[in-house]
Amino acid sequence: MPPVTQSHHQIVRGRAHVYTRPHINTDEILPGRYLALTDASEMARHAMETIDPGFSQKVRPGDILVAGEDFGAGSSREHAVWALKETGLAAIIATSFARIFFRNAINNGFLVIECRGVADTTQCGDELEIDLSAGTIQNLTREVVHSFPPLSDFVREILAAGGLLPLVFGEPRNPEV
Amino acid sequence: MSMTMTEKILAAHSGRNHVKPGEIIKARLDLVVCHDATTPPTLVLLEKYGVKHVFDPSKVVVTPDHFVPNKDIQTAQNLSWIRRWVKQTGIQHFYDIGRHGICHALVPEEGFVRPGMVVVAGDSHAPTMGAFGTFATGVGSTDLAVALATGEIWFKVPHSLLFHLRGPLPPGVYAKDIILYIISKIGVAGATYQAMEYTGDTLATLSMEARMTICNMAIEAGGKSALMPADDVTRDYLHERMQEPYEVVRSDPGAEYAGIYDIDVSQLEPIVATPYLPSNGKFIGEVAGTPLDQVYIGSCTNARIEDLRVAAQILKGNKVAPGMRLLIVPATTRIWNQALQEGLIEIFAAAGAVVSSATCGACFGGHIGVVDKDERCLSTTNRNFRGRMGHPEAQVYLASPATAAASALTGVITDPRDVLPSKT
Repeated sequence: MPPVTQSHHQIVRGRAHVYTRPHINTDEILPGRYLALTDASEMARHAMETIDPGFSQKVRPGDILVAGEDFGAGSSREHAVWALKETGLAAIIATSFARIFFRNAINNGFLVIECRGVADTTQCGDELEIDLSAGTIQNLTREVVHSFPPLSDFVREILAAGGLLPLVFGEPRNPEV
Repeated sequence: MSMTMTEKILAAHSGRNHVKPGEIIKARLDLVVCHDATTPPTLVLLEKYGVKHVFDPSKVVVTPDHFVPNKDIQTAQNLSWIRRWVKQTGIQHFYDIGRHGICHALVPEEGFVRPGMVVVAGDSHAPTMGAFGTFATGVGSTDLAVALATGEIWFKVPHSLLFHLRGPLPPGVYAKDIILYIISKIGVAGATYQAMEYTGDTLATLSMEARMTICNMAIEAGGKSALMPADDVTRDYLHERMQEPYEVVRSDPGAEYAGIYDIDVSQLEPIVATPYLPSNGKFIGEVAGTPLDQVYIGSCTNARIEDLRVAAQILKGNKVAPGMRLLIVPATTRIWNQALQEGLIEIFAAAGAVVSSATCGACFGGHIGVVDKDERCLSTTNRNFRGRMGHPEAQVYLASPATAAASALTGVITDPRDVLPSKT
């Protein structure tokens, strides 16, 4: 078993923010005019700005984003992942993900789970509990449970390490950068 | 055992005789492409992990394109930083301002792409280079850091989709219309995590530039990559630009595909994708007459010399409609200079167009034609998501350069077949 780290707890519990429209894309998650930024906390201020300008204000650490089909469509800009992660979200559950976004999220140790049905049965503010080993997402507010296929060993390995860079390079030499 | 082009290329680059879709492999990279929007965060990560080198400077190409020439102090700082890094790591292929271009146009035209390669770029439109029979895909800044440091990255081998293109393009219909049609049929997630492979008799009639236009928009269908097998047209293009040997990769006759599509290109008409999805392609008759505020001819999809020639053919001797803003942005400095030599810039200026130096510009809402609330822009770019070109309440319509030029003259969405000079 890979070691369990902060980003790889078997149980993740949080309050849901729900956006069900399909194809929420990287131009909406982090618009192109912000691509010159290199500071994640600045990016976070603009997360989901095109869809919900108050989004970053609403998120409390540990919250969970619930989305519909093809979340993260569009650009390879990893800024979209950093902006969302830096708001404090613990995970994103979507009916399906666009693949560059999915890959970028895993590379940052950011938990992303494809699970059909969650977007249809969750309301904003519901308390969700993700059980990674059981492969279930339980809506504690509404007593609904959905199942998802287990994350592959390869993905779990990257998440357990905290992302691709720690897995490939080990500890950062200059963590303050 | 039969394999698709994609499977063959990935097998060869991971030391395997055979791979199949779904397998995780680690692939050796032939080329890594960097631009100014995704490289600065990569440099932060490389510094964080103490990586001061790149795996092979001769296999890295750096060309700023998104915010150039420097748009503001932040982007000026980013470019200064890239310059220091390029010097420190010994990267020679750095196309600084004055030689720069949109990366997916510059990299092939400078002769860096050959059949059978694996290429990654820190940009989702990397599949453009699949027009040469390569596996080219877009990655984020973390993968870009790993690619630069090690020369390898992991891939899950994608399934392939096969698109049979049959028949010649009718007059007034172009490669852009083909790909907009395909995406309208399969949807923006119709090729998610799949390689879009092209075949059929239409291919031989398409120039390399036309093939790049088609491959460019793979990501707009969710595709991992796009591939066209190299042929004589490819060979002639390459021959003018590089001397390195290469081996053409073709799919085996028994290769398996996750889906096969048949497109009768001879029946196509000009297509316009309406807001807010690239899959909203409609035949031009449905949207003709829609008033426009701006027409933008640019981007890695459509601003190569053939695109500019088609636009010039339509604009020559005419003026843009009153109140119409026509922005023309050649994809690279080389193309800009060639357009100047061929007299195209003069035609554009006489028509009332604004001609910019090479940049991605307004395609992603960066600069050079950002749009306001309720404005409508018809562009030759690749995405029309809400807010893509500026204000979230602006509207972007995607089309070919011919449709764009015709529409600039009338001020409304216009069928290029109505204004094209008769074929000689």
